Parts: sequence; structure tokens; C-alpha cells
Amino acid sequence: MKNVYLDNNATTRVAPEVVEAMLPYFSDFYGNPSSMHSFGGNLGLKVREARARIAALLGAQPEEILLTSGGTESDATAIHAALAAYPHKRHIVTTRVEHPAIKNLFEQYGKNGYRVTFIPVDCEGRIDLDEFRASLSEDTAVVSMMWANNETGVLFPVDEVAAELKARGIVFHTDAVQAVGKIPIDLTRTDVDLLSLSGHKLHGPKGIGALYIRKGTKFKPFMVGGHQEHGRRAGTENVPGIIGLGKACELAAGKLNDIDTRVRGLRDRLENALLEAVPQSMINGERANRLPNTTSIAFEYVEGEAILLMMNEHGIAASSGSACTSGSLEPSHVLRAMGIPFTAAHGSIRFSLSHYTTAEEIEFVIEKMPPIIARLRQMSPFWQKAAQSG
Amino acid sequence: MWDYTDKVKEHFLNPRNVGTIENADGVGDVGSLACGDALTLYFKLDAEGRIADAKFQTFGCASAIASSSALTELIIGKTLEEAEKITNEDIAAYLGELPKEKMHCSVMGQEALEKAIAQYRGERPRQVDGNIICECFGITDHEIEKTVREHRLTSIEDVTGYLKAGGGCGNCHDKIQQIMDGVFGQPVTIQPRSKKLTNIQKIKLIEETLEREIRPTLRQDGGDIELVDVEGSQVVVNLRGTCASCSKSQVTLKSYVEAKLRELVTDDLVVEENRL
Repeated sequence: MKNVYLDNNATTRVAPEVVEAMLPYFSDFYGNPSSMHSFGGNLGLKVREARARIAALLGAQPEEILLTSGGTESDATAIHAALAAYPHKRHIVTTRVEHPAIKNLFEQYGKNGYRVTFIPVDCEGRIDLDEFRASLSEDTAVVSMMWANNETGVLFPVDEVAAELKARGIVFHTDAVQAVGKIPIDLTRTDVDLLSLSGHKLHGPKGIGALYIRKGTKFKPFMVGGHQEHGRRAGTENVPGIIGLGKACELAAGKLNDIDTRVRGLRDRLENALLEAVPQSMINGERANRLPNTTSIAFEYVEGEAILLMMNEHGIAASSGSACTSGSLEPSHVLRAMGIPFTAAHGSIRFSLSHYTTAEEIEFVIEKMPPIIARLRQMSPFWQKAAQSG
Repeated sequence: MWDYTDKVKEHFLNPRNVGTIENADGVGDVGSLACGDALTLYFKLDAEGRIADAKFQTFGCASAIASSSALTELIIGKTLEEAEKITNEDIAAYLGELPKEKMHCSVMGQEALEKAIAQYRGERPRQVDGNIICECFGITDHEIEKTVREHRLTSIEDVTGYLKAGGGCGNCHDKIQQIMDGVFGQPVTIQPRSKKLTNIQKIKLIEETLEREIRPTLRQDGGDIELVDVEGSQVVVNLRGTCASCSKSQVTLKSYVEAKLRELVTDDLVVEENRL
């Protein structure tokens, strides 16, 4: 059975060029960049090269890139640094639709004495900017707002928020894990102070990520120990991972156009065809202002886990906002924050495409999905009632 | 990904007896859209009072659909007296096994059957009795207590797995804990250890037990206790506050402190007051 992988917001295929670039650094050039001997020390050059490639994708300077183990570490490092830099400020702000790496981190700070504001979103997933402005005060240490939402793909007004926060002297962090590699990002044109990215979301390896730290931003290390990363992040460098992330960033720059045109076209074709073929289905989130690779579709009166398992029978991989897939019993906090009704939230499926997605795969999904939904609806006691009353 | 048995998968992909029955003898309706799963069960009796046919409609995940399918297979051919003996454990056993987090799917099957039989007999549908504890899923204290007792559940996660109670906002976790404490007579958060402890583990556990279990009780009477030393199985303590001067302090020491430490740490401990 073939595998149609439409879960690229969860993780991506490591590009073959990335694997090839990494391989020599496992058993041939396995030295430690901190060593005095050239066998290890020479690797410092390679790490520098990779850092420059990562910086180039963002419009940043290489010395503004801190290498980490991934998105979660980057997020935790950023917030820790901002709070350590302004210890007298006790208020932090984020949104209600962040990834758990930020959501749970902020909840934890809330338990440890910080005042935390979670800014709401409207039914299309857009942040309430008035409420956001009203929440800020002299006591606000840091604001963290994602660049793009992982479940709906909705983009946030990062430039606007960054400019306002700069004027007020509040540190601004953005979790851009879903945005980097999917849309162009130029940090010379925005006032973001801290930005997180993750290797495995852009066809790089797992276990590597980066935190952009704008020059002049106050910083305190999160992990202490050795002097690596100029004393900003202890621990022997993950050389193969760093090489891989560098290569992935270099490749990503060349794929942005394909994602904006061809992949966007496939995404639009997929959602339009499904909306047309499946009655009582709808898109979650603001359609116009989204990542080009993501669509979250609600199929009313059916349950997401059942849909995913039937899709799995055809080799189609996607994910769901359903409670039953996550181990918790409440549907996705993102969809609930948007006020998506239970009838729709439980049956929401996220399709996320990539550079490697083909038109043939999309047509296959368009063919297989409607009978799956119809079959589950036929089993559902609510579907009949809805059909009778409607 | 959930770890479903092949039988669960098979019943999910090829569910038996999906549909409705016109003029059914009994119909049972449980769950709601908000909860994320719901089941309507129909049955028809033959001339001898056996269940001749059963059908279901289910909204829910794979294990909810498989549990409903299993339920219909289990009840067809049975008299109502036989059918009402079927428990959620029987449904789970029929499917091989259900993940713990999904036991509520089998509970839903049992409840639908109870409701359908009650409807047939003309009994009033069971009133929701007791007070709602879990507001997210509308679960009462009676239901929680019954399930905790029947299945000897000792953690909030288990209660959530069986009943969904506590799986939403989490505000009711303290109340669920209280119900479990009530059923088992005491907090069950610290489990008795049977395996051999190292000295350090033993001292830590003794300190933890003093802090969490014993000290709060003594403090209610204005007393207090502190750990001086542990040597082998001998635990040396100082009694403080009203305990220090209380004529019954030796009784407290032996019948309460020692008993509690034996129960929760190791059963050979001897507690003595510091004589120095």
C-alpha cells in the first residue's frame, strides 16, 4: 500500500540532500568542535557555515543564531532569558492558541507567581489586537505570539505586534516553528527579538533547532555547563544535526516559491473538492491569511479518530483536532478557543502538505475521503437527526 | 496511536448490526455530541422473549464503534435476564482488550443496554441521582463512587478512563480524589511498598509519610513530630507541642504513628521516642 503523507505540520521527510550532507559527520568527521586538535577543531568551520545558512533563510546575522535541540528548547530558552533579564517584571502575555511548548510553559510560570494573560482569538482564529494592547503594562516582561498556527495555519500579525512592543520596550518572542520554510521571513524588516525554529518541520532532522536572538537583546543561558555557543547554550554541539539543519535551510529558501504556488494550488484543490463533495463540512480558520500548505476541515457529526483510522486503511496520514486522538478528552484547545462548535471540533481533520506532495496524491485523497465520511455518518445517530430536521 | 487489538480494529472496520429497528421493543440512548461519543441501541424480542435482533448507531471513535458492535453480538439470542448481566468488562473481554483510556466506550455500551431494557419494562429511566461532580461530562458523585468501588480505581486517570469524569477542565479532580478516599477509607496516594527499600529510600519515605499523613493529623490537636534518626527498623522521633506533654503520647506513638509508618513504608518499623 502506498503512503500518502499529509501530516507535514507534525513532522517532515528529511530531504535526501540533507541526509547526504549529514552522513560524513557520524563516523568520518566525528570530532568535537571544542578540541584543540584539528580533527575536531576543524569542524568549527563547518558549524559556522551551517549557522550562516540558517541565518540567511531568516535575514539574520550568523551570531544571532543559537543552536538548540528543537522548538521546545528554543521556546523555553527564549522565555527564560527574557524573564531573567527583567526580574522585576512579573507579567507575561501569550495567546490562547499556542503550541503546548508555549501554552504549558506559560501555565507553569503562572503557577510560579507570574501573572499570565492568554489573549483570545475570534471564530476565524484571529487574535484580538485591542485586547492584546489593553493587556500590556509596565509590568509586562515578554509577549510570545506564534507566527503561524500549527492546527489551522492562520498567520498572526507579527510585524504589527513587534513594532508596537519595540516602542514599549517589551521583549517579543515568536514561535515560528510552523512558518519557517513555508513562508518568506525577513528579520531585517521586522522588530521580533526572539524567534524559535525547528529542524524537523522543514525537512531537516529531529533533535535540532535554533533560537534567533536579535543583537542587543538581553540574554541569560537556560542550560549552563560548558562554554559552547559562546557560553549561551552548554552541551557538545550536535554536529550532524547542525550540518543537516544548515542544509535544510539552504534548500528551504529554494522551495518557498514552489510552496507558495504549486503546493498552495494543491491545498486549494483538496479543500475545495472536499467541501463540494461532503455536505456539512467547513474550513476552520481564516481562509485568506493562512500558511499555503495547511487546511483544517471540519466534518460535522463524525468523530476524528474514527476518520483517521479509516484514512489509515488507505495509507493516508493526517491528524485530527479530536479529543480521542490526544489522550485528553477535550477537543483541541485551538478549535475550542475559536469557538468551533463541538459538532465540528470533534470531526476536524488537518491536512498539511509539503514540497514532496504530488497532484496524484491529492486526487487519491479527494477520491477516498467522501465515502469515509458518508460511512461514518451513516453510523452516527446525530447525522440522521440532523438530516431529518435540516 | 492507540494500541487496539485486531478484534477492535475488525469490529470498527466491519461493524455488525449498524442501523435502527422500526417498532423496536427497547431503545437506549446515551452520550452526547459535546462528550464526543454517543450510542443509540435498539432491540427486538422474539415470541419466547429472547433478543431476536439488535442494532446500533454510534458517534465516536474506533473503540466506541467496536464496543457497540460487540454489544449487539453479545446480546442477540439472550433473554433480557441474561442480557442484563452483561457488564462493560464483558464487552471489553469480547474485544480482547481496550486501552484503559477507552474503557468509557464499553461503559457506554452497558449503560445503553440498561436504558433499553428499562424502557422495555416501562420503568422510569434511571434518574440522574446524586450531585454533578464533573460538569464537563455531567457525571455524578454516585456514578463515580459506584465505578470506583466496582473496578477498584485508585487514580484520577483511571476514573477518567472509565467514566470520562475529570477529563475536561480538571476542576473536579479534588472532588474525585475525595470520593476515592471515601471509598477506600483513607488517601490512597501513597501506596504501600512491598519491595526492599534502600536506607535512603526508607528515610525519604518515612519523612514523606510524616509530612503528608501524620503531621497534619497531629497538628489538628496542637501536636507535632520530628524525625531524629533511623537505624535499621528503629525510627526515633521527637514529639512536640501538646503531644510532648500528653499522657497518651505513647499510645499515639504506637497505635497511630507506628501503624501508619508500617502501613506505608515497611511493616517491620518500630517507633521510639527520643530519650536523649
